[in-house]
Amino acid sequence: MHKIVAREDFSDVTYLLEVEHPMLAKAAKPGQFVIVRHNEQSERIPLTIADFDRQKGTITLVIQAVGKTTRQMQKDCVAGSSLAGVVGPMGVPSHIGDVKKIVCVGGGLGVAPVFPQLRSYKEKGAYAIGIVGFRNKDLIFWEDRFRRYCDDLIICTDDGSSGVKGMVTDGLRIAFEKHPDIDEVVAIGPPVMMKSCAEITRPLKVKTMVSLNPIMVDGTGMCGGCRVRVGGEMRFGCTDGPDFDGHLVDFDELMIRLGRFRDDEKLALENWSQCNKKHD
Amino acid sequence: MMKNWLWKTGRSAIKSMTKVKKTIQTIPQKRTPMQEQDPIARVNNFDEVTFGYNLEDAVNESSRCLDCKKPLCISGCPISINIPGFIRQIYEGNFKGAYDILSEASISPAICGRVCRQEDQCEIGCTVGKKLEPVAIGHLERWVGDMAIEKGWSNSPGIKPRGFKVGVIGSGPSGLACAADMAKAGCDVTIYEALHLPGGVLRYGIPEFRLPDMLIDAEINKLKKMGVKICCDTLVGRLFTIEQMLDEMGFNTVFIATGAGYPKFMGIPGEFLNGVLSANEFLTRCNLMNAGEFPVADTPLRLGKKVVVIGAGNTAMDATRVALRLGSEKVYCLYRRSRTESPARSEEIRHAEEEGVCFCWLTSPVEIIGDEKGSVCTIRCTMMKLGELDGSGRSRPVPISDSEYELEVDTVIYAIGTNANPIIGQTCGVKLNKWGYIETDETLQTSIPGVFAGGDIVTGAATVILAMAAGRKAASGMKRYLGIQP
Repeated sequence: MHKIVAREDFSDVTYLLEVEHPMLAKAAKPGQFVIVRHNEQSERIPLTIADFDRQKGTITLVIQAVGKTTRQMQKDCVAGSSLAGVVGPMGVPSHIGDVKKIVCVGGGLGVAPVFPQLRSYKEKGAYAIGIVGFRNKDLIFWEDRFRRYCDDLIICTDDGSSGVKGMVTDGLRIAFEKHPDIDEVVAIGPPVMMKSCAEITRPLKVKTMVSLNPIMVDGTGMCGGCRVRVGGEMRFGCTDGPDFDGHLVDFDELMIRLGRFRDDEKLALENWSQCNKKHD
Repeated sequence: MMKNWLWKTGRSAIKSMTKVKKTIQTIPQKRTPMQEQDPIARVNNFDEVTFGYNLEDAVNESSRCLDCKKPLCISGCPISINIPGFIRQIYEGNFKGAYDILSEASISPAICGRVCRQEDQCEIGCTVGKKLEPVAIGHLERWVGDMAIEKGWSNSPGIKPRGFKVGVIGSGPSGLACAADMAKAGCDVTIYEALHLPGGVLRYGIPEFRLPDMLIDAEINKLKKMGVKICCDTLVGRLFTIEQMLDEMGFNTVFIATGAGYPKFMGIPGEFLNGVLSANEFLTRCNLMNAGEFPVADTPLRLGKKVVVIGAGNTAMDATRVALRLGSEKVYCLYRRSRTESPARSEEIRHAEEEGVCFCWLTSPVEIIGDEKGSVCTIRCTMMKLGELDGSGRSRPVPISDSEYELEVDTVIYAIGTNANPIIGQTCGVKLNKWGYIETDETLQTSIPGVFAGGDIVTGAATVILAMAAGRKAASGMKRYLGIQP
């Protein structure tokens, strides 16, 4: 059992949980993830570690309520309540190389998990450019955190209500115009966004690391459900990743595989919503 | 006259007799059969397939053991159980005595009695088996094990604390066996398990109808009573390293029993299609996460109506039979060699056959074909023939040209074995061989002093009993390392 010490709601679908787990907070490195079980009957869901506080002994998760479990958690996980299980940190930590100028792109759910990487690069002395994308200005979160560590921060909103009007890919193009000497890009977000970022940097031959979020059960290499094709080879997201070279990832296949349980997910959500209506 | 008297007065008389010489002629000629659920009924439930002996069956079967001078059954047993000894106790009506003998060697007669390959181990050496069917050693072992659980027997008398701290990584059969021995030796033992429930392959791999969870729970509870601590949801290597366990966490010795469990695929086209999964994933979803009960349970499964399982080991048999129980209408099992070479126990193949699995021997998949949505719709196979012997001593299967054909399927399950799990190798300096398995000396100590390893992570995928044997062997090495055993 791991106590939720704080919760913050960024929008009607995005929420932050700060969870007590001193050992995990001590061990976590940028790029790693955990598997969470909400209660004893819940499925196991992988979530990227958005931040960790070794002093407080907590880790931070930013969750988007999209399916049954994440909505149920949105409803139930208040400060003071507990998660039945949090296991990790899983995956190979991100390689924070010695680069002079780095761009960290976070779109949608990727805004939070890209933050610890950006901070690590900055702490290692890189010139750090942050690019974060939201639908509109009301949904922006962690601007202060990013500002603290960014030498340049580009905020993109779909409706132009703040920063650049457009997607993070537009932001990335702007960044390359302003900074022709970018050494490396880290892009985290929905697969389609990571794919688009990789396509922008491919002709520029700028190394682009992406963090994949394939479907998995155990997170320890046992199920093989998270297999992705990288450079034509089979790789397991949990033990070989989650970070891979974005120019080598077969994103189209990944997106099809992410839809593996779409009908089931819909059914589970419908059942749960109906149950909830009855109770309300 | 003497003989008649013996039969009439029964076992108590046998006990009082000084010695009655049994011979192959005087013992019951037929092996006592074990009752099974009817195949038609059992494909609709997850209850255990075999019922186990009753008292009469057990005593009757025990009377078939000749108590040979040179018992080959013992040398066939990976953990050297005194087999004639425990059977004699059953025969004499001293069932607790039978358990005492079994528990000297085995942490779980109830589990081993069910999942061990007795036909290739103890029973193959049985003297009775040379003329008649061998003594049903496994059935008797199971009967005693079940009785022990029912009566709450456990043998860990007088544990004297010695102040040593022992860490065990993995709660599968190897880890459990090692933990039991170290606890009995008075060590403070902690088992770390990455999943949320303990038991390893016993829990996530072997289905309920072959090994009920209740038996795993019973064994785990026994360990807990001995003072063993079990920490689930703990991924050693990533949460803390083995070096940290030794340097910072106060462990005097560590046993790595993380298993192989890294599923293999073949590398044929179509393996990334939706509907293709490893047996590990399939069985874990069902056994650990109850995905068969989706949407009541949270974890989905999406099992098709027409299922192909590739491989013919015990895991493949488990996968076919779980699929049938979850409502698949047609389940094929593809194996590139013939039935004779298949690694599964013959009993498992027979059970699968009775339940309606369609075996395609000498058949190998060459391509999995998907529909426009990226889901499996067809598997193309080729017929094989057996060629010359290969390195494993088995005939090498060779494709027969122009023999390809297609099967319409919607789920493809790979059960063709596993590779070494890489996490320990990624996170500590322990020496690995070229396949990623951990190298050890003859005491199962690794390249790091005080760190031992055993089971599948050393040998590659093997059996429950070999893993248990390795756990006990490592425990013996660890006790010597700690200086508590000569």
